[in-house]
Amino acid sequence: MTAPVVPDAAGAATPALRRTPLRWLVGVDRLAVAGAALLALIVLAALLAPWIAPHPEDGGSATHPLEALLPPSAEHWFGTDQVGRDVLSRVLYGARTSLLIAVAVLAISGGVGVVLGVVAGYAGGWVRDVIMRVTDVFLAFPALLLSLALAVVLQPSVTTVIVAIAVTWWPWYARLTASVAASVATRAFVDSARCLGVPAPLIVFRHVLPNSLTPVLVQLSLDGGGVILTAAALSYLGLGAHEPTSEWGLMVQQGQSLFTTNWWVVTFPGLAILITAFAFNVLGEGLRARLTR
Amino acid sequence: MSRAEESPMGNGTLIRIRGLVVRIGDRVIASVPELDVGSGECVAIVGESGSGKTTTLLAALGLVGDVSDLGVRGVDISGEITVCGVDVVAAGPGELRGIRGSRAALVMQSPQAALNPTMRLGTLMRRALARHGVKGAAARSRAEEAVKAVLLDPEIMRRYPHQVSGGQAQRFAIALALALGAEIVLADEPTSALDVTVQAEVVAVLRRLRDERGLAVLLVSHDLALVSTIADRVLVMRDGAVVESGPAAELFDRPRDAYTRELVAAVPALPSREEER
Amino acid sequence: MSRYLIRRLGQAALVVAGVVTLTFVIMRLVPGDPAVAYAGPRASPAELAAARQRFGLDDPLPVQLWNYVRDLVTGDWGVSLHTRRPVRDDLFLAFPASLELVAAALVIAVAAGIPLGVAAARHKGRLPDLSIRLSSMLAVSVPVFWMALALQTIFSSGLGWFPIAGEYDTGLDQTSPLRVYTNITAVDALFTGNWPILTSTLHHLVLPALVLAAYPTGVIAQMTRAALIEESARDHARMERALGFGETAVLTRFALRPALNPVLSLIALVFAYSIVNGFLVEAVFNWPGLGRYATDSIRTLDTPSIAGVTLLVAALYVLANLAVDLLQGVIDPRARAR
Repeated sequence: MTAPVVPDAAGAATPALRRTPLRWLVGVDRLAVAGAALLALIVLAALLAPWIAPHPEDGGSATHPLEALLPPSAEHWFGTDQVGRDVLSRVLYGARTSLLIAVAVLAISGGVGVVLGVVAGYAGGWVRDVIMRVTDVFLAFPALLLSLALAVVLQPSVTTVIVAIAVTWWPWYARLTASVAASVATRAFVDSARCLGVPAPLIVFRHVLPNSLTPVLVQLSLDGGGVILTAAALSYLGLGAHEPTSEWGLMVQQGQSLFTTNWWVVTFPGLAILITAFAFNVLGEGLRARLTR
Repeated sequence: MSRAEESPMGNGTLIRIRGLVVRIGDRVIASVPELDVGSGECVAIVGESGSGKTTTLLAALGLVGDVSDLGVRGVDISGEITVCGVDVVAAGPGELRGIRGSRAALVMQSPQAALNPTMRLGTLMRRALARHGVKGAAARSRAEEAVKAVLLDPEIMRRYPHQVSGGQAQRFAIALALALGAEIVLADEPTSALDVTVQAEVVAVLRRLRDERGLAVLLVSHDLALVSTIADRVLVMRDGAVVESGPAAELFDRPRDAYTRELVAAVPALPSREEER
Repeated sequence: MSRYLIRRLGQAALVVAGVVTLTFVIMRLVPGDPAVAYAGPRASPAELAAARQRFGLDDPLPVQLWNYVRDLVTGDWGVSLHTRRPVRDDLFLAFPASLELVAAALVIAVAAGIPLGVAAARHKGRLPDLSIRLSSMLAVSVPVFWMALALQTIFSSGLGWFPIAGEYDTGLDQTSPLRVYTNITAVDALFTGNWPILTSTLHHLVLPALVLAAYPTGVIAQMTRAALIEESARDHARMERALGFGETAVLTRFALRPALNPVLSLIALVFAYSIVNGFLVEAVFNWPGLGRYATDSIRTLDTPSIAGVTLLVAALYVLANLAVDLLQGVIDPRARAR
């Protein structure tokens, strides 16, 4: 290729990988910014829930039987549920549960996956083979399925949801990191480090790891939505959070028989799941578009 | 091949470029004040990577920035480019598609990558002919004739790109141009991805087609040894600008520009055209 | 090719072995004693001991694993604790219904997702592209159980356009009984010419299939778009433009086929995902598939049934991936050469 006019897809992707996360965040596209803004709003709502929720006590086990199933009004913007709790307050508190689950799952599975992946990618050979075959086995279980099986074994709770989803999610990061790390490991600066006698663990964590992280970060933000959806599904099936925790999937499950008569009980928590997952997806897509360009 | 006479420019000028400037943003990536390619003529643009030579060739087909989706925005082309009588800068997409392939054909650097990996060569040939209105038995005979003219076995049309060699693929690309009746081939580094012996085959095919059929060639290359064996006139480009141009013999024997001298001197044992004849 | 095939088959067998082991380990972790669950809370010590004996619970774990594998291979998938029938028979009944639902959803997803991806790629960066991208992202972000409830409330309970739940109108069993071959109701009805049941099944399928199709449609559209854009930036696409083909022709007649390779792999992934996602849809529409069976099993801590469902879905996933790898060769002649 003589002219610099037309970078081909593969050739253009490599320099992007080489850049550090901070440098390319400067030029992210509008989609990523929109997703990040939406997500920031949700995080803010979750953090400030005790102060901005109109009825903070309704986030927990309070009951007001006399105010049960009131339609949306100036007093209760999202109406009230079966036991008279303010749905808006519970939706705000639910953001705390969902984001907590998302952050915990991504941290655990991302951490485990990246460490195993970078080792597999750098070491290659039988180490890589063994680690990859193990990920193959875990990947054969769709996340919700293994979570279902695990959630039966463990008692239903938010912690169970976190553990169950994290167990099914790490192989993705292991595979992704392994493939990136394998190509990073062949770069000149890794060779020179090796020649200088830098010990292998130091090479892996000082040189290979930081240079393999960008695609993983993008994948993490894309997966936030999937984790939120899976967690909500587990709670909807009664395998996750339980009363009186505010959790969106659980709220949908508790209100589903009332959908025809009291639509607000189900609609708002469902929308909350949708919007949060959407924010993660938009952010992730925006970052990915940036990365692969 | 008689259409050259019909061209409004007459006298067989197939490509005429005047004051062409290609910019990306504020940066000028190719600037060519004057370039003509006549019927049966071979004009070469030489220069190193990034000199703007490929850009000039793509601009002639209106293909600069055709993949600009990948982040290159704001390609700006000014000046005059007339190819086979069509004003490329002003022409609409339909008019451009009318000359692409059927009158001005492209031959690319990496021969196999230029062919769709999921398609037999014959399928590509058939579709290309159908695109320009040649179908059925006429298409078959044209295809066969063209493939034989580049010294390939017509059996090759049953193969996929990964089943043919680089030299075969490159000759097939030329056969596509022939079958479609192109008057000029725009060849972008047609030999640099090939082995030395295969390079010679491809060049021989191009030269023979020029001599026998009057096929014009706009050749882009960094390979002066190759250029010296086929080009009638040469443009030397550097950093987007033309530093020297003139008849090939003159330019190789008495390069005026310092950069051209450097290039010519760098080629070991550049065969002089007189010796060769 | 044959060496590649053998290698690939060996890999798949290894994964299945891992899946079986992992399932066994998880099921051994279940709280409570399966013997108690089987014999009932009021069982005498002798009955309990008999149950323990019957399930081999007193053997060392590796022996239990070996016996488990041996039973699986010989077709003994255990007895369900809640239906009291062999798990294998239960799965034979439930799985075809799930397959029917997932297949319908995937047909919708492919039929809608690929054209949407092509349209988005064709208009890259402009309004149609942006709206298709945003709708695909919405489609993959929607919680299926909530969407199922919403569509059911609006179109079934509200407008009455579609039946609320079930696979077909069971009243038809009296008037035009169905002869069962595959257990996939729509297929059996079609091949035995049972039109009342066929129309009823298709009518019942519409809403759950649409809900289940949302996610795959979104990801297929996104993947098609991305693959097409990548493919249309390659050398061969430039060559096709230089041969006089327009953008639409380059995308649909030339770039689409090589671009379908990643899309096909995606469909295999999405297939297994959709079976499990279908569990949630089945729960809402009371579809008599694996999902309902799984949720019933979970409620009763029915380990053999859960293990059966888990193994079946995981094995399907491995098979789907294997099938895709072999299909790649059909689409991409380069893969055949391996």
